[in-house]
Amino acid sequence: MNLDNAEIKKIRDGLGQGMAELGAEKKDMVVLVADTMESSRAHFFAEKFPARTIQVGVAEQNLAGVAAGLAYEGKVPYVVTYAAFLLGRPWEPIRTMIAYPENHVVFVSSHAGLATGQDGPTHQMTEDISITRCLPNFTVIAPADYEQARKAVKASYDLKGPVYLRGVREGTPNFTTEKTPFEVGKAQVLREGTDVTAIAHGYMVYWLLQIAEELKGKISIEVINLHTIKPLDEKTILKSAKKTGRVFCAEDHNIVGGMGSAVAEFLSQNHPVPMKLHGVYDQFTESGTPKDLWKKYKLDKEGTQEILLKFLKKK
Amino acid sequence: MRKELSIKELEKKASEIRQDIIRMLEASGSGHSGGPLGMADIFTALYFRVLKHDPKRPKWSERDRLILSNGHIVPVRYVAMMHAGYIDKKHLLTLRKIGSILEGHPSVHKIPALETSSGPLGEGLSQACGFAMSAKLDGKDRDYHIWCLMSDGEQQEGMTWEAAMFAAKYRLSNLTAIIDRNNIQIDGNTEDIMPLDPLREKYEAFGWHVIDMNAHDMEEIISTLEEAKAITEKPVCIIAHTVPGKGVSFMEYDYKWHGATPNKEQAKKALGELQHES
Repeated sequence: MNLDNAEIKKIRDGLGQGMAELGAEKKDMVVLVADTMESSRAHFFAEKFPARTIQVGVAEQNLAGVAAGLAYEGKVPYVVTYAAFLLGRPWEPIRTMIAYPENHVVFVSSHAGLATGQDGPTHQMTEDISITRCLPNFTVIAPADYEQARKAVKASYDLKGPVYLRGVREGTPNFTTEKTPFEVGKAQVLREGTDVTAIAHGYMVYWLLQIAEELKGKISIEVINLHTIKPLDEKTILKSAKKTGRVFCAEDHNIVGGMGSAVAEFLSQNHPVPMKLHGVYDQFTESGTPKDLWKKYKLDKEGTQEILLKFLKKK
Repeated sequence: MRKELSIKELEKKASEIRQDIIRMLEASGSGHSGGPLGMADIFTALYFRVLKHDPKRPKWSERDRLILSNGHIVPVRYVAMMHAGYIDKKHLLTLRKIGSILEGHPSVHKIPALETSSGPLGEGLSQACGFAMSAKLDGKDRDYHIWCLMSDGEQQEGMTWEAAMFAAKYRLSNLTAIIDRNNIQIDGNTEDIMPLDPLREKYEAFGWHVIDMNAHDMEEIISTLEEAKAITEKPVCIIAHTVPGKGVSFMEYDYKWHGATPNKEQAKKALGELQHES
């Protein structure tokens, strides 16, 4: 890991780059786009493999439907656009055409979370994890940085059934390296601790690592990168919760139904411990730069630390 | 090679399929009657004349693909597939019952030869486009054909028209859509609920080749389906003018039979009429 001088890179670039690299190896891979070719980073693939790039226009239900048909025929479709439209618009078609028959379609988003920024709440998708993880057969992955996004794309090819890969528009620290292991369904304990378990997905993992470093000596924080939200790595979570006795979850996503909910669903039934779910508090926010949004809604490092300390003060 | 049935034999087969649909629906006590009876002639023509298929090799890579968009009429497909040899007839009276392979709406988990799971309306044409694109990507668009069966009611779904644009853009001439134009939907007549006409002009404007067809004339059905396959410029849409509940006097044209099944007495009467006719 590269914690001190991590380069700022975009998770969506990692997903786009990963698709372009995977396309060279896998001839049955097809990429489908819905008029957001560049902003969703599908153009890296499209420039190399135009014949295997399908442009459906602004029609996300058809996007899902064509992908389903291709998957039934054994192609491996990667379907790319903004999270809100990719999953929100055609949710029932995805349920019927892809999740139910277990079609292997990989949904690759960009523009998830408040990190979407100026476009505002219509485009800041903060319910994507909720609406995918509630569907049977789905695998849900939110990579922590550019490098992990690249790896996740490649790993997704060999999975079965529908897969969701969560992409973020804004640049964030690229703190893992080519050598950092990545295994779907295996949570990463990036830093061991004894006082509290702090779990995140996406770029907020980096904030947690920074917080843990800053508070070292005072509070011992175990930091887990829960990049795969479904299937949940119950073993790792249970082990950590048993050790620390307290769990703090942080995510750029609605706290209703997100990663924190998934962890709470599991722990509440198996090893109940005090928990705090930090994230977007069931609201639509507003336009603004990602930095300003993070600050106002306490999703930056400082805000997250404030909420964590408040949680730890509670008896 | 299977023996080719004559027009007369096909008509007889269609009547037998209708009779089994009545038996199936009576035993089920839940399901749809109007659509399956109306589409029995087309399904007979497909499974016993037009489709390139082999019941012994349901996943043969060069088979024609039959995508049923309006999954609720699946009883006609189940029965046609029983007569064609895909499904054992012992399942006939198990529709919609717990543990049956005959789901209320088609499931590929239960019967892979169905090609897709379906039910929610407006989703079949998009998937058929995916099948057609796959054949194109493989350079096999002349080797087998994609058939998409739709209801008229589901033309009210926006997704259908997203797919209609797509098929025209990619010139999916290996795709033929067949619309069951029976003019009814659950709540009433289509033109009262949400008018579809002029349906022909709509598809033409979207870049399709459109053919109107009398869906109860076996000779016309076969020649129209063959004609559709021969057109290599554009995707083809066949507007199949059907009579809902066809063959059973008290069901014909009545939208109330869209989502209802016959009781014992009604089934007996229906079977009497169908047997008499054939």
